[in-house]
Amino acid sequence: MATNRNFRTCPSSGLVFHEPAEKLMRWNAVVAVVFLLVGGLLAIGVTLTRWQAVHLLDPSLFYQVLTAHGLNMLVFWIIFFEIAVLYFASSTLLRCRLATPKMAWLGFWLMILGALMNNYSVIRGDSSVMFTSYAPMGAHPTFYLGLILFAVGALIACFVFFGTLVVARAERTYVGSVSLVTFGAITAAIIAVFTIASGAIILIPTLLWSLGLIEHIDSLMYRTIWWGFGHSSQQINVAAHVSLWYAGAAIVFGAKPMSEKVSRTAFLLYILFLQIASAHHLLADPGLTSNWKIFNTSYAMYLAVLASMVHGLTVPGSIEVAQRMKGYNNGLFEWLRKAPWGNPAFAGIFLSILIFGFLGGISGVMMGTEQLNLIIHNTIYVPGHFHATVATGTTLAFMAVTYFLIPVLFRRKIMFEPLAKYQPYLFGIGMAGVALFMMGAGTLGVPRRHWDISFAGNVFGYEFPGAAWLMMGLMGVSALVAFVGGALYLLITVGSVFLGQKIETPGFKHVGVREGVGALPAAAPDPKGAHAGIGAWGMVAPGTFVLALVFLGSFVLYYFVNWKYLSTVWPLK
Amino acid sequence: MSAILPPSERVWWKQPLDRVELIWIVIALVWCLIMFFMMPYWHVYGKQNLANEAFRATPAEYLKKTEAMIAQYKVREEGAEGQKVPVVAPPAGSDVYLVARLWQWYPILELESGKSYRIHLMSMDWLHGFSLQPENINVEVHPGYDHVLTVTPTSKGTYSIICNEYCGINHHTMASKLYVK
Repeated sequence: MATNRNFRTCPSSGLVFHEPAEKLMRWNAVVAVVFLLVGGLLAIGVTLTRWQAVHLLDPSLFYQVLTAHGLNMLVFWIIFFEIAVLYFASSTLLRCRLATPKMAWLGFWLMILGALMNNYSVIRGDSSVMFTSYAPMGAHPTFYLGLILFAVGALIACFVFFGTLVVARAERTYVGSVSLVTFGAITAAIIAVFTIASGAIILIPTLLWSLGLIEHIDSLMYRTIWWGFGHSSQQINVAAHVSLWYAGAAIVFGAKPMSEKVSRTAFLLYILFLQIASAHHLLADPGLTSNWKIFNTSYAMYLAVLASMVHGLTVPGSIEVAQRMKGYNNGLFEWLRKAPWGNPAFAGIFLSILIFGFLGGISGVMMGTEQLNLIIHNTIYVPGHFHATVATGTTLAFMAVTYFLIPVLFRRKIMFEPLAKYQPYLFGIGMAGVALFMMGAGTLGVPRRHWDISFAGNVFGYEFPGAAWLMMGLMGVSALVAFVGGALYLLITVGSVFLGQKIETPGFKHVGVREGVGALPAAAPDPKGAHAGIGAWGMVAPGTFVLALVFLGSFVLYYFVNWKYLSTVWPLK
Repeated sequence: MSAILPPSERVWWKQPLDRVELIWIVIALVWCLIMFFMMPYWHVYGKQNLANEAFRATPAEYLKKTEAMIAQYKVREEGAEGQKVPVVAPPAGSDVYLVARLWQWYPILELESGKSYRIHLMSMDWLHGFSLQPENINVEVHPGYDHVLTVTPTSKGTYSIICNEYCGINHHTMASKLYVK
């Protein structure tokens, strides 16, 4: 078979790219950014409507735009980017040819077809059923068919990824174990397979139901299985963006994982326990027992939360160690003060860690507690939480990594560099505001997915307190800041990819598979006592430890404040 | 650049941990266990727990029970002309039926402060979200599942029930009152 087995070595990073894989990464990343653009434009309609002072769209268009925003952001933008990450973490990091590029292209086109078909169904106007598409509210059959085709394409991509791991092992392209980032990508891919299976189990019958071939879809069954897809797909994001945090720390600082054992075990905990988190969505539902809810919602005793808390320490910890080894060893925080805050790859990753942990993580655990769910279920607190996790956690991490990938993968220089410096701050801080104010409004009872909280003309309407209106207004203002950040990202990436100055490599030539792969990197063990003389209190990363304690303090405080709030609510049993 | 390279120690699982990681893992694990035990604890000592009580029912059966309750305990009607909704004042301790349907809560309830009621929630069609404001109690309402909550209103006043599960084009108009005397 005339497989293209050509490789090139990136002159700036030393990474080895398999050209067919590189092309797939580029196209998946480009398509991802297109969907981000679409989702971003739709986001303007959503926020400017929920900001009641503006109240831009009419109800029918609002619900339609909100449906499309959710799907394009949560599914299409993120999964396309993640497929690029999977190919990077396998083919590039393992210096190995991509298994079956033709199958990978088949997957790619299926994903495109599915995404377009799903968007078509929403544009038709009869499928404004939101991302969740809860039966028995029905959408046009192309809504479900589009998602199924997309999922099949993504599944093919996962198996191309797994196949590439097998190829790498068989062709001995690396020594010892795969890198930590690849390990994290494997975690993401395993969760993805589980996610897609759940999606198939529920969406195929729902498609048949929408065609009239099945009479009844039970609403509780739908919600239970659908969330195995809906929430687990967000767990793919967590595994993927945590991997990119490690990658970012390695690329920017040359940071080593503090301990391979701890970080890998934490990823393993994700595989074992993260998926049962989908039960979080069912805490206020009838027909499920408290035992079931407590076991599942706690990820079997919060073992997956433990994993995230571990990553939250070890990624900044590894950065601290790397910085201290470079000589920034004074006091607790010199390593952080002297960090490259003007480098968007670093700034994006660091804000992603910070906001994901403080806003996304703490709020997620709070609202995922069986009884506490009662005071936030289906309020705008919920989108507040997942904008902190998906928008500032995942999307910001993906944005940060783009600044590294454009020169390496697209061989173009970053355009508008002075603007790029500010982009992660605008997007991260704006989006953190969006998340925070939505949570604030949710605590005051403002519902999610709601066109008019003023209940204009409704004799039974409810008058929300002024604070809730203020929160929604502040959310709108923060969203404007985030839009500027998002628009800059699109300007910089699209500009750089198509118009950026080409990075020419003198003497560049395609090389065959044997010659293309250079000598295997030698596994040089660390000299004993490599970390001697850095840190304080017998810790190599005392500054990170202090930050972690601040995090824990906020977590404990916020958690019990909500129990206190719950205890004032009407008794019910 | 070693998080993106194979581990430099072949036998990486035997490398010792630094103190910072070990201490943090222990702290985090303890906190996770505390959070876990808070949920069973609240089931025993807390007053706000969702019941595990739910029954399968058809919309017709449920509506019949609701109409029977309305016939027995109706005190007045409220709402715009032509769209009157009955207000019922059922006795304390009784079974109170609340219907959720596109796009209405039916009927309006009038309860007594300090008394307990077995409030049933069920949808006649799609999913709805029971959201009692400003108390901020939020419960998912399914079609086909009669969900029973034993509720004790603690303070008098006029409350609102809004729908917070998206249920189609007029979702935002689905609102009602609840009176506590």
